[in-house]
Amino acid sequence: MKTAASAERGFTLAQYLTCLIGIVRREALRFLHQRERFISALVRPLVWLFIFAAGFRQTLGVSIIPPYETYVLYEVYIAPGLIAMIQLFNGMQSSLTMVYDRETGGIRTLLVSPFPRAWLLASKLLAGTLVSILQVYAFLLIAWFWDIEAPPVGYFLIIPALLVSGMMLGSLGMLISSVIRQLENFAGVMNFVIFPMFFASSALYPLWRIKESSLPLYDICQVNPFTHATELIRFALYGQIDWAALAIVVAFGFLFMTGAILAYDPARGLLPRRGQAAG
Amino acid sequence: MTEFALRDAALEIVDACYSYGKRAALTGVTFSVAPASFCVLLGLNGAGKSTLFALITRLFTTRSGRIRIFGHDVAREPGQALRRLGVVFQSRALDLDISVRENLLYHAALHGIAPRKADVAINKSLDRVALADRLRDRVGELSGGQMRRVEIARALLHEPKLLLLDEPTVGLDIRARAAILGTVRALTAQGVAALWATHLVDEVAESDQVVVLHRGAVLGLGQAARIVAETGASDIRGAFAKLVGDEESLEGAA
Repeated sequence: MKTAASAERGFTLAQYLTCLIGIVRREALRFLHQRERFISALVRPLVWLFIFAAGFRQTLGVSIIPPYETYVLYEVYIAPGLIAMIQLFNGMQSSLTMVYDRETGGIRTLLVSPFPRAWLLASKLLAGTLVSILQVYAFLLIAWFWDIEAPPVGYFLIIPALLVSGMMLGSLGMLISSVIRQLENFAGVMNFVIFPMFFASSALYPLWRIKESSLPLYDICQVNPFTHATELIRFALYGQIDWAALAIVVAFGFLFMTGAILAYDPARGLLPRRGQAAG
Repeated sequence: MTEFALRDAALEIVDACYSYGKRAALTGVTFSVAPASFCVLLGLNGAGKSTLFALITRLFTTRSGRIRIFGHDVAREPGQALRRLGVVFQSRALDLDISVRENLLYHAALHGIAPRKADVAINKSLDRVALADRLRDRVGELSGGQMRRVEIARALLHEPKLLLLDEPTVGLDIRARAAILGTVRALTAQGVAALWATHLVDEVAESDQVVVLHRGAVLGLGQAARIVAETGASDIRGAFAKLVGDEESLEGAA
């Protein structure tokens, strides 16, 4: 254990890593013990892929647009959007976990750690993102059997894209968790955050098609960070980098994470205003 | 409680105030806890005990006043202060689906203790609460009292010299309550100071240091026997009733 002298100094890099690995390990263990969470995380995009995409295959043709070099089936087009959806739901699931932890006291265990709060929250976000990447690869494996194949290199290049988009969407979830008073309010998140973000994006239809039908909706899609997360993943899956999408996702990620860290800061944040301490 | 120099205090709270909007939760709370002592924070539900704990653990920040843990200001040096502090919260914060060891490993990581050293610390910590034989068991298989002891072991894992326990015996039967209380009292002999928050008067011993908190203010402070004498009551229950001025509300505190 630490000596009194070392306790006077700050933590070492190794201790920061120990903290990070501990948080990731706990998130992974939690995920493995919640099999229903894993299954539901997989079933959701698969329903879209097997039912929705199959049904709309004939009506929603997709012309040649980057990064695709040929006409693609609708299933192929929406696969990156469904990957982003996995991360969106995972980010919101993490926020749900934080609200639950706050109600049961689990989040306090994390927040009373002597490490800087920004580090603790960033570690938790990274842990959630890594869990979402596991889900994404399970989805890609099933999609591969459904003849949705990306170039082999895409399966590696997608990892950094997933890290960036996962952190951004997780930060959004964390920010939302700081303003949700009770677990029951989470239905509102579905209606006011998840569904609008998913539908007003390029996940289900290309932006040029949206532009043709509604210019205001196109503008909304353009400012929706989920659109850019989807495009970042789409291009990465085909071995390319969409720099504009990357810049926008990083910027939104920074914004959301700063907001989340401030929200969980006891001096400035939202948690203390709730009056949750009862005794 | 004031016989030692404040700079040596395990916990020093000076004029701490806190409010939820316009509702004052704590007003001018001042007291200190000596190293290796057992101090009871006694108050009815809603007295402000949990708010005070949230301030000490930096979940909330004091709007005014000062809180120091072994001389380290919680607001200015949170890392140094929290390193010296172990906490058992009122609501249980263990993951029921994983083993005792995994729960404790997580806590060790939150204090930067590497897994190999953590295993040594876990064994030692579980020994202190007489649960070493339950290391590999899933937490969900333990009784309520055993879970509480795991939480105490967790709070002791990084070897803090100050332990905060917020209503740790709530929901436990008489035997489990006595066991938990005995375990924590024994820790003071090992150099650990404990601040034990409760609304149960029968958990107070005559020799204990007591802080009576009511509606966010400290109404009584000192050794239990002295508070009894000062209020002219026959026992601590009577003294508490006189201080808070509400006999009926004490029914739940017996």
